[in-house]
Amino acid sequence: MKNVEIPGDAPRRFNTWRFAVPIFLTVAAVLYLVPVYVLLTTSLKSMAEVSRTSVWALPRRPTLEAFREAGLALAPGLKNSVLLTVPATIISSFLGSLNGFALAKLRFKGADLVFALILFGMFLPYQVVLIPLVQLLMRYRLYGSILGLIVTHVVYGLPITTLMFRNYYTAIPGELLEAARIDGAGLVTFYRRILLPLSVPGFLVAVIWQFTNIWNDFLFAVTITNDPRSQPVTVALQGLAGSLVARWHVQMAGALLAALPTLVVYIFLGRYFIRGLLSGSLKG
Amino acid sequence: MAKVILDHVTKRFPNGVVAVNDATLEVKDREFVVLVGPSGCGKSTTLRMIAGLEEVTQGNIYIGDTLVNDVPPKDRDIAMVFQSYALYPHMTVYDNMAFGLKLRKFPKAEIDRRVREAARILEIEHLLDRKPKALSGGQRQRVALGRAIVREPKVFLMDEPLSNLDAKLRVQMRAELSKLHNRLQTPVSYVTHDQIEAMTMGDRIVVLNDGIIQQVGTPLDVYDNPVNLFVATFIGTLPMNTMNAVLKQEGGRIYADLGSFRLYIPEGKFKTIGKYIGQEVIVGIRPENIFDRASVPDANEEDVVTATVDVMELIGSEVNLYMSTPTTSFTARVDAHTKAQDGAQHQVVFNTKKLHLFDKKTENAIL
Repeated sequence: MKNVEIPGDAPRRFNTWRFAVPIFLTVAAVLYLVPVYVLLTTSLKSMAEVSRTSVWALPRRPTLEAFREAGLALAPGLKNSVLLTVPATIISSFLGSLNGFALAKLRFKGADLVFALILFGMFLPYQVVLIPLVQLLMRYRLYGSILGLIVTHVVYGLPITTLMFRNYYTAIPGELLEAARIDGAGLVTFYRRILLPLSVPGFLVAVIWQFTNIWNDFLFAVTITNDPRSQPVTVALQGLAGSLVARWHVQMAGALLAALPTLVVYIFLGRYFIRGLLSGSLKG
Repeated sequence: MAKVILDHVTKRFPNGVVAVNDATLEVKDREFVVLVGPSGCGKSTTLRMIAGLEEVTQGNIYIGDTLVNDVPPKDRDIAMVFQSYALYPHMTVYDNMAFGLKLRKFPKAEIDRRVREAARILEIEHLLDRKPKALSGGQRQRVALGRAIVREPKVFLMDEPLSNLDAKLRVQMRAELSKLHNRLQTPVSYVTHDQIEAMTMGDRIVVLNDGIIQQVGTPLDVYDNPVNLFVATFIGTLPMNTMNAVLKQEGGRIYADLGSFRLYIPEGKFKTIGKYIGQEVIVGIRPENIFDRASVPDANEEDVVTATVDVMELIGSEVNLYMSTPTTSFTARVDAHTKAQDGAQHQVVFNTKKLHLFDKKTENAIL
């Protein structure tokens, strides 16, 4: 009789891949986390302990002094970042959702072309638009302000949020819109009463993405906000560097503080990435 | 009076495809009309034009006495049940059913009364607080029906509403839909690709193919008197047998020559087929009109045909005999206790009173 492999009864032979893959991944993860280790340990050190020779050492007397110092220096920047990121994220996600609705469900003439043109914006490098952007903002008296930065990020975020919502809405069956039309809903009512409640997972993805990108952006921020009073934290962090002495521990603590919001957002909202709200509305 | 009239309605899509071609049809008040045909025949498009979800390219659609060509779906006073049910996933069953009434600003008490009444009829009262996700396929189907019922529309439009149910539930819901229709008396336009659904539920059925209405009639009429080869073979659980033959005349009688045997056309039907003598035609006969020789002891010997049994297919009380002669093949449906045997010769009797003849070129019925 031929040896038949029964599913579920794993073959006994030694499988190199089954061991190699996790080992490789672990090594890669450790390598990837080495800078984080340096960041953490250094930020807990005092000025005296920081030196190039003891980069790898654990802090002998851990202190939060660096965090206090960095926190004081970055507080205005953190505030500016919140004032910038929260509205820009919400507005760009909301507009992306409207765009996505129009492109996925209304199927107007030329929708595909419009979509392609919007997507094109995703592939434009920031650097290419900097000079015209600054000129434009100056003309509308938005240059140097947080508002100008918000507008910039909203516009620059639209291609990706439009793409996200368009794809998300494509998966929502058109019959839902038709049923609503027969029930008496116009486009606005459909969007508000049916599509928006179903968009929560889509919004989570878009919000996480936009929040992280806008919070972490440096190039637009440093170009558009010349005034220290309106600088977001990424630019303020740069100012921590110091001109004579490299105060590594303060910089590291500052970097951690600056990165904290995006980490928190991801930790708390990340699990919703994969949650589907739609299951059960249709067959199956 | 809530009737639906399609007056020479054509739908041409922007890509040039003509989905519905010059369809004229009247759904009478209280009537259950089933549009049936293979996929792509235009039946769904027809329904969607009645609903207002597709624009009419040419022709007019009336609901009641109103020309509705330019009336948006919500103002047509129709309710539609979709194949996917299209329930609002984030709303409870109650809210799903109430949504249309809320948008129409019905008083709360009236909405509540209608929703509970519909839920009672559909036996889903205990599910009103659930969301669609927590329902079985059959329950979702009922909610979708409920959403249509509460609106008390002039006409129900149903687009393959049972296609997503399993076979057993489908048979059950078929009967329930018929019961529901008897109770509510609202006219129904129902689309299906399943000819059994059409036969069992329709007061009248409309057979479509390639965007053209082939035949409209009661199920029995369409079954007994198909106007062309397409209808003849589409309607019927086992398709009608169709065999090539040449029509011949001999000694005042007309017969179809099938090569290895002849089938005599009953007298009195000669008038319509006279001009086909000497020409090729297609002979049609339903499998249940070919009998086991043993069950018809007094059969006319002329109608007896001996053929080889290729395959026997037992379906319970009856058995399908797939038979062949050197020149043709056909299927007979006979009593399960037949003495016929696989691979052996067997004698069957053709009920020539039930013969159909079709023009070979136009495929239209000539007898």
